[in-house]
Amino acid sequence: MRQVWKRLRAGEEISYLITLAAATTIILIVVALVYELWSASTLPIQKFGFSFLKGMNWDPNAGDFGALPFIYGTCITSFLALLIAVPTGIGASIFLAELAPPKLSNAMTFLIELLAAVPSVIYGLLGIFVLIPILRSYVVPVLTGIFGFLPIFRGTFYGVSVFSAGIVLSIMVVPFIISVSREVLMAVPTDQREAALALGATKWESTWDIVIPNARTGIIGSIFLALARALGETMAVTMVIGNTPQIAASLLAPGYSIAAVIANEFTEATGDLYLSSLIFLGLVLFGLTIVINALARILILTTQQKGAA
Amino acid sequence: MSAPERLNPTISQHRRVVNGVMLSLTGLCTLLTVSVLFFILGYIVYHGIGSLSWAFFTKLPKPTGEAGGGMANAIIGSGKILLLATLIGVPIGFLAGVYLSEYSGRTFAFIVRYVTDLLNGVPSIVIGIFAYAMVVKPMRHFSTLAGGVALGIMMIPIAVRTTEEFLRAVPVALREGAMALGANKAVAIFTVVVPAAIQGLTSGMMLNLARVAGETAPLLFTSLGNMYWSQGWLQPTSALPVMIYQYAISPYEDYHQQAWAAGFVLLSLVLTINVTARLVITRSGLTARR
Repeated sequence: MRQVWKRLRAGEEISYLITLAAATTIILIVVALVYELWSASTLPIQKFGFSFLKGMNWDPNAGDFGALPFIYGTCITSFLALLIAVPTGIGASIFLAELAPPKLSNAMTFLIELLAAVPSVIYGLLGIFVLIPILRSYVVPVLTGIFGFLPIFRGTFYGVSVFSAGIVLSIMVVPFIISVSREVLMAVPTDQREAALALGATKWESTWDIVIPNARTGIIGSIFLALARALGETMAVTMVIGNTPQIAASLLAPGYSIAAVIANEFTEATGDLYLSSLIFLGLVLFGLTIVINALARILILTTQQKGAA
Repeated sequence: MSAPERLNPTISQHRRVVNGVMLSLTGLCTLLTVSVLFFILGYIVYHGIGSLSWAFFTKLPKPTGEAGGGMANAIIGSGKILLLATLIGVPIGFLAGVYLSEYSGRTFAFIVRYVTDLLNGVPSIVIGIFAYAMVVKPMRHFSTLAGGVALGIMMIPIAVRTTEEFLRAVPVALREGAMALGANKAVAIFTVVVPAAIQGLTSGMMLNLARVAGETAPLLFTSLGNMYWSQGWLQPTSALPVMIYQYAISPYEDYHQQAWAAGFVLLSLVLTINVTARLVITRSGLTARR
């Protein structure tokens, strides 16, 4: 016993082994996670196979499960979110990296990163009680007035909709685009800007034609990062999307997303097939976000290395 | 407009206008984003304080239709879940971070970092499914423990990243000094390197805690919810974010008021921790981020 205590105190190997064990635990957790998701979704995989992903019907009572409305809902809301968040985010990151004095830029970035710290359920709360009334009384009437001839802006607006979910998501992901893009822009060497200005370019031309192309892959990486966030976001979307499994042409119609259907129906799922269909949806979402996250990381890494070189 | 542009007569009116318009637009984008934050803060504070009362902190929720009541059980429930999450997530993450920063070889460290990043990217609802499969299903009921496990797993990746970055920021000379005095590597790490980074480490862990404190999705089918006090660790418990969700989607005006109050409490908690931790990190000139 004394021997053990002595070795423990001197314990070079022991401290190594303990930290190694912790690192291994993380790998085991992730392996277990993938295994659990996979093994729990064998039932729908065997029963429906790939047609699960293109099935239009979600009818738990009839035992018929198709994922397409949810996949569509997840993709369209994320797409809408990016449509708004990407221009705003890139614009703001240009201002913060190229124009604003360092002190102002840091203060603004600090505030914008706080936006990322706001819990998603709070975004949902504000979505229901603030954003939807604003959309209903001001934004949507104008949109339908101007673009009413387009099928995407037709139909009655009840408030909860794909459109509302997209807007909430855009606010939630914009901080990620800004903070990563700003850093990538700041990593572009100053000589590039100076060279462009010396050749007679305006500030905007030097930024748009020289700095942005230099930082392009990193900016795209930040967009992918934001996309992964948007795809996996649960609460805020669940609260404003309307939770109706359908694929409507109009953005003003309610929809449903993968994360939302899991959140809503998991505890109520009766029967093994129902529950494992929901878990299979979780697996699909997991796969989707993993691929996009990996792409984002590779893109950001390449730019940073190029900037450092 | 800067000096070279004014001096250069070849810059046409058109280019000058484009320059001015586009640069103003970028400023507008920044303003827009920052004002959203102030709008959110203002709105939550305005509505939240109005709905807040002493009963909110001390009373149990009232059945639907009855006025009054509070969320005392949800506040305690959230505290219990977060305590468990910290006890699970921080030690594993911290030790793995020490491994990556101090001991790691190349290949295994690459795998660990890669897998940690992967875990960080997993949507929170999927973590909820995992905790359900690992804890709720074998034990056959929803519990505080399951919620703690879910949030604990969510804390691991950031804990690893924070520890690794802050330990790496400690100068090598400190390690060499300790070893020159006869300490072995383990002693050097835990008595010299870690204490040198302790301020950053605690701030990082606080940020990490603040991040999961607002998580709702992984709790929906792990800790579930409870309108009464939750006994011990193996019963379902209510938690502040889950209460906000349930009350917000309910049709009762009374519940909405409570949801605003809860939103205010949660947001103040999360943002206070966030701002304090970030200020500590910037003040002390520590380099690591998030």
